[in-house]
Amino acid sequence: MKHTISLLVENSFGAFDRVATMFSAKGFNLHSITIGETEIRDISRMTIVTSGDDQIIGQVVKQLNRLIDTVKVYDLTKNDRTERELALITVLYQKGVLEELKNINDIFRGKVVDINNKSITLEITGPPAKINAAVNVLLPYGIKEMARSGTVALRRGEQIKQPKKELESTKV
Amino acid sequence: MAKSKKLTGADIFFESLKRENVEIVFGYPGGATLKIYEKLYDIDFLKHILVRHEQGATHMAEGYAKATGKVGVVLVTSGPGATNTVTGIADAYMDSVPIVVFTGQVPTHLIGNDAFQEADIIGITRPITKHSFLVRDVNELAPTIRKAFYIAASGRPGPVVVDLPKDMINSECDYEFSETIFIRGYKPNYNGHLNQIRKAAKIIAGAKKPLLYVGGGVIMSDSAPELTAFAREYNLPVTMTLLGLGAIPGTDKLSMGMLGMHGTYWSNQAVNNCDVLVSLGARFDDRVTGKVETFAAKAYKIHVDIDPTAIDKNVLVDLPIVGDVKKVLEELKSAMPAAPQIDDWWEKINAWKEECPLEYDMSDGRLRAQYILERLSDLTEGNALIVSDVGQHQMLIAQYYKFNNPRSLLNSGGLGTMGFSLPAAIGASFGVKDKQIISISGDGGFQMNMQELITAVANKVPVKFIVINNSFLGMVRQWQELFHAEKYSFTDLGSSNPDFVKIGEALGIPSWSTDKIDEVDTLLEKVLDINDGPSLLEFKVVKEEMVFPMVPSGGSISDMILERLNPKRMV
Ligand SMILES: Cc1ncc(C[n+]2csc(CCOP(=O)(O)OP(=O)(O)O)c2C)c(N)n1
Repeated sequence: MKHTISLLVENSFGAFDRVATMFSAKGFNLHSITIGETEIRDISRMTIVTSGDDQIIGQVVKQLNRLIDTVKVYDLTKNDRTERELALITVLYQKGVLEELKNINDIFRGKVVDINNKSITLEITGPPAKINAAVNVLLPYGIKEMARSGTVALRRGEQIKQPKKELESTKV
Repeated sequence: MAKSKKLTGADIFFESLKRENVEIVFGYPGGATLKIYEKLYDIDFLKHILVRHEQGATHMAEGYAKATGKVGVVLVTSGPGATNTVTGIADAYMDSVPIVVFTGQVPTHLIGNDAFQEADIIGITRPITKHSFLVRDVNELAPTIRKAFYIAASGRPGPVVVDLPKDMINSECDYEFSETIFIRGYKPNYNGHLNQIRKAAKIIAGAKKPLLYVGGGVIMSDSAPELTAFAREYNLPVTMTLLGLGAIPGTDKLSMGMLGMHGTYWSNQAVNNCDVLVSLGARFDDRVTGKVETFAAKAYKIHVDIDPTAIDKNVLVDLPIVGDVKKVLEELKSAMPAAPQIDDWWEKINAWKEECPLEYDMSDGRLRAQYILERLSDLTEGNALIVSDVGQHQMLIAQYYKFNNPRSLLNSGGLGTMGFSLPAAIGASFGVKDKQIISISGDGGFQMNMQELITAVANKVPVKFIVINNSFLGMVRQWQELFHAEKYSFTDLGSSNPDFVKIGEALGIPSWSTDKIDEVDTLLEKVLDINDGPSLLEFKVVKEEMVFPMVPSGGSISDMILERLNPKRMV
């Protein structure tokens, strides 16, 4: 089963590498991984999509927690959460199908971000399943290039009780 | 209070080591660390041991750390100096040994340029360190070193690498040592969950066939006295892993010896039949469990470990307790509602002991390692510090030497690094003055870090180096005989082995060799009496000797091999 894991990591040299290395060293599945700044200086948020049975996911979470640069780990799978992904999809088109492509774009609430007489680039945002659906619909038209951001996710607001507690430090 | 003055990175380095109470550093100089060595010339608060190969330095630091519980410190140059430490770092990672390895690095502006003697040691060691740091600002040097020592020694200990670019060592900054530093993402949990502990106590008290399964965590957290007290109070049988030996005296009636692949028959039978298995600071390693599905299959499993990732990693347990085993044992003892009634269980265990004791046959008059180790155990009354290498002799040490004290068997358990013993024994000798220190290697492993004999001579360390020479890579030969059609492919060292006595003598080490049973005692006594420097003793033993019992890799207790099936194979 797929799990979405959100972690807060120190914005330090090598923190990202350590997470990625851990996944390959332990042989865990890694479907997507994203990293970006947060509202807190020096802290980045990573969103990881992985899969495995309960024992494996338990290990993934514990191994992530064990990394020194990891400040907090949440397995969002059991939580009420918001998940989003962004895709840029460039489709080559023949005369006559441009309207169809625009219709598809509208249905998926996408944006046309680039167009010329041969190809059109759509920006589609939404839960990963929606992106998959859009890709499936566009495939027969001939996708020339595609870039997906990987999933980013957050818990829904009401679940955040003590937002900054995890950021307390250990004194040494 | 903190006072501020201008210092170079090299000064800060030593100031920091002083504050961490470092008394010894194992190192080897080079271009990237010249400035540190320039300062070291005038430093007298610590001892620097010049090794002969950087792998030796890491094993010495491990030996020192394992024997004393203090952090071992290594200092090497960039590139090849750094890469030579890799095996020792991996070894320390597997066996949770607290060491800090300082590596020189090319100047910051050259990093990534394939500069002379550049190696990405942080990248190379990432999966085999507890943590690592690249110092990129000299102001960060002091707090980084503080963190490195704290991380290495606390929680589940492990190796930490600190990479020091040359310009960081050379440049100056206003130095302020702050007593406190902050690590947000690191909070080791020492106190076990009280309710879990009470539940465990109840289950142990109600057990009919309980067994304590004790690992290296008990040794390194210095909980051997608590463990022994707990076991004695409730008359509980104790089986130990390779790294757990010494947790309870080997001569104690509660000691079952080692379990696992080359464990005692009765230990493995007890694991197979127990109804409650209490794992203390052990990690259900595959050399212990064999086939996991059949390991202690009937038992309710309680698992105490400081590292949450150790729990449910290899074997799913019924009751996890994350915490320091010392604290947990104290709580557990006071929470026990009653003593379990286990006389029948002991009867069973004692019957297994009689059924298949540890045995060897020397009736042909030819020397065996088992005999040597039995004699050594007797002569030293189980009180020596034994530093083993990897192979058959290692398993025989575990079986035949009766360790009286914790921290008295050092060896490479998790990684199984041949070449560990010789340097690790040297390292241990700098921290331990009240025990005989005996390094025991096979003829193969002895040759893997033999260059450090020179370090032993240079520092007059009173280590007794024993080579158990069976002319073979014995343990590999054993597997070839049992599982690989007796194709003794590249394991016969006999014809090319050096004359070990001459090697010792070339270095000025008093050295002896024998293949005679009746010379064993005299020669052992001879080296045990030499305390002003190293000594060397080679025992030429039977080539084809095997280590039994043996549970084949991935097998169950029922697959245990107890003796050679076809005795004719003996030449
Ligand atoms: C560095 C390293 N290389 C290879 C091995 C594989 N190995 C395990 S035991 C062994 C044989 C050891 O032979 P020896 O040192 O003579 O000891 P013996 O088994 O004969 O007691 C070998 C080659 C290892 N453990 N470590």
